[in-house]
Parts: sequence; C-alpha cells; structure tokens
Amino acid sequence: MAAIIGRTSRQALLKAKSSSLASQANFVSFKGKNAKKWVLAVLGSATVGTAGVATALASPVLAEGLELHPPKFPWSHNGMFDALDAASVRRGYQVYKQVCAACHSMEYLCYRNLVGVIMDEDEAKREAEEIMVDDGPDEEGNMFKRPGKLSDRFPAPYANAEAARAANNGALPPDLSYIVNARHGGEDYVFALLLGYCDPPAGITLREGLYYNPYFPGGAIGMAQALYNEIIEYEDGTPATASQCAKDVCTFLRWAAEPEHDTRKQMGLKALMIFGAMLAVSYYIKRHKWTVLKSRKIAFKN
Amino acid sequence: MTLLNKVYQAVFRRTSTFALAIVVGAFFFERAFDQGGQTLFEQMNRGKLYKDVKHRFQGAGEEEEE
Repeated sequence: MAAIIGRTSRQALLKAKSSSLASQANFVSFKGKNAKKWVLAVLGSATVGTAGVATALASPVLAEGLELHPPKFPWSHNGMFDALDAASVRRGYQVYKQVCAACHSMEYLCYRNLVGVIMDEDEAKREAEEIMVDDGPDEEGNMFKRPGKLSDRFPAPYANAEAARAANNGALPPDLSYIVNARHGGEDYVFALLLGYCDPPAGITLREGLYYNPYFPGGAIGMAQALYNEIIEYEDGTPATASQCAKDVCTFLRWAAEPEHDTRKQMGLKALMIFGAMLAVSYYIKRHKWTVLKSRKIAFKN
Repeated sequence: MTLLNKVYQAVFRRTSTFALAIVVGAFFFERAFDQGGQTLFEQMNRGKLYKDVKHRFQGAGEEEEE
C-alpha cells in the first residue's frame, strides 16, 4: 500500500521525463534495494507486533468478581464527530428534574448552562424562577427567599451529606454532575444500572432497605428502581417508556459531565482537516527539497 | 504562466506585499475555514443540534407561559 502511494506520488511530484532519466541512470547500482525493503518490512512488522504485545500486557488484570459489566450501547453521540442529541438531552433534563432530583443533587450545574443547549434564555429564566433560593442578608441582616436566577445552581435535595445519608438509610446518593465520567462504563453503566433491577438470585439475602442490581458492584444498592413506563410525560410527545427515560437521562448526564462535548468534536474535525492539509503540504515540500539529493549522481574520476 | 507571473510581480516579489498578503490571506482563510468546518459539522449532525430541534419545544414553552 505504502509502496503504491509512494510510487504514484513520486511520479506525480517529480514531473521529469522518466525515460531519458532512466537511460542516464541505468548504470547506477540498485543491488540490495529489495533486500533493504525486506529488512524494513520485517522491522516494521516486528515493531507493530511488539507494540501490540506491550499494549495487551499493559492493560490491567482486574480482580473481577460477580459483578456484571454493562454492554456497549449504540449512543447517538458515540462517533468521533457525533454531536449530542439535543432533544434527548432536553428530555433527560426533564427526567432528572422530575425523578432523579428527588434524591440526587447536581451541584455543578447552573440554569445558565442550559441556555442555548436545550432551551432559550427566556425559557431558562422561567425554569430558574420555579425554585426558591436563599439570599441575603438584606438591610436588616435577615436572610430571605427569592425566585431563582440564571446564575443559580440546581437546587440540592438535601442540605448536606449527613442529611442525605440520614434520609436514605445511610446511603449517600452521589452528586450527578460528573457521574458518567466518575463511573467505569460511563453512560453504558448508568443505563444498565437504571434498568437492571431484578430479584436477587437464590442464596443472596439483602438487608432491609437494599435492592438487588447485578450491575452495581456488590449487587446490593441503596437506590430503589426509579424508572418505570409512563412515570412522566414528555413535552414533545415521545412515549416515556422506562428505557426511553433511561436513555434520555444518560444523554443528559453525558452532557452535564462534558458540556464541551459538541465543541470538542467540532474542534477535532477542524483540527484533522487542517492537519491533513498540512501533512500533504509538508510531504510535498519534503519531496521537493529532497529531489536534488535523491537524483544526484556522484562520479569519481581516476 | 502569465497569471502566475503577474501574481509574482505584484505580490510575492516584494517582502512588504508578501507579508501583507500573508496577513490578509490568514484573515480570510481562518474565517472561511471556521465557517466551512462548522457547516460541515452541522451537516453531519443535522437533526440533533439544538437549533434543529428547537421548534419541537417552542410550542410547549409558550403554553407554559400562558
């Protein structure tokens, strides 16, 4: 493959009358050229093989217990240049607000983050005004409540971690801001976990207030199954099945954990385009500069 | 060849015009490249970006207001 590319580009780049040049250069010895190529090929394949073995050895051998690893799901944002599905993110926000937010905080997200991503500014303002926020002190030194503003963070369901533990049987509902980056398997794991609840297998007894989920390390999870069919109604009319809700909330959590997702992929696309062009240019310049060296002939006279 | 020659005579020959050409060229190239890249990305993701799905939620938002 490389040889073919090299040959064609050589012909394209060096527009010399090959016939006359060839006749002139006929007596230049090419002995050993094939041997050299062969050695290069062997070296190349050896390098690739070594790299492969090194990679295989470097991947950690994990002590894997009985936990179930989530399958890879075909997310619409999986590809190298695939943006997040904004409609799904918006539905996921709805799921978070109506279901998850009862126990889970998202302390690193503000209402202003939603602007231009899943809603317009006016809509985000209305959204923020639905919550009441502690503010103050006022002129008399008292704290007061006011409707939320765009700069306010999402409301936390509990005042602090201790209150959250006390309300949830000792289990702390994790903050969901970066959860898909904070768990192995990312949104695959969260999706599988949300839908993976089942009865414990024979021989496993759970303590009071714990539920069985094979995707959760250890199997016993403090969170009850949260998503069922038709628990909420989507504003765009999408049927709110449990799997639809799980998919949407995972897309939303991916956006929350990686708000720069779309910009990053767009930047990557541009970078590959410009570096591709520059690679072609630099290859041409290299050939151009080296023609003198490659085609010269040194003759020694007695 | 004559066109190339003209360009050479007018632009590339003097350092002053050459430098100016680089600056002006960089300005327009960057603008065009950014726009082109963005358009390409939006074409590849048509139907997924917020501006494509906006209208589906706009109606719902107005209803909330009323």
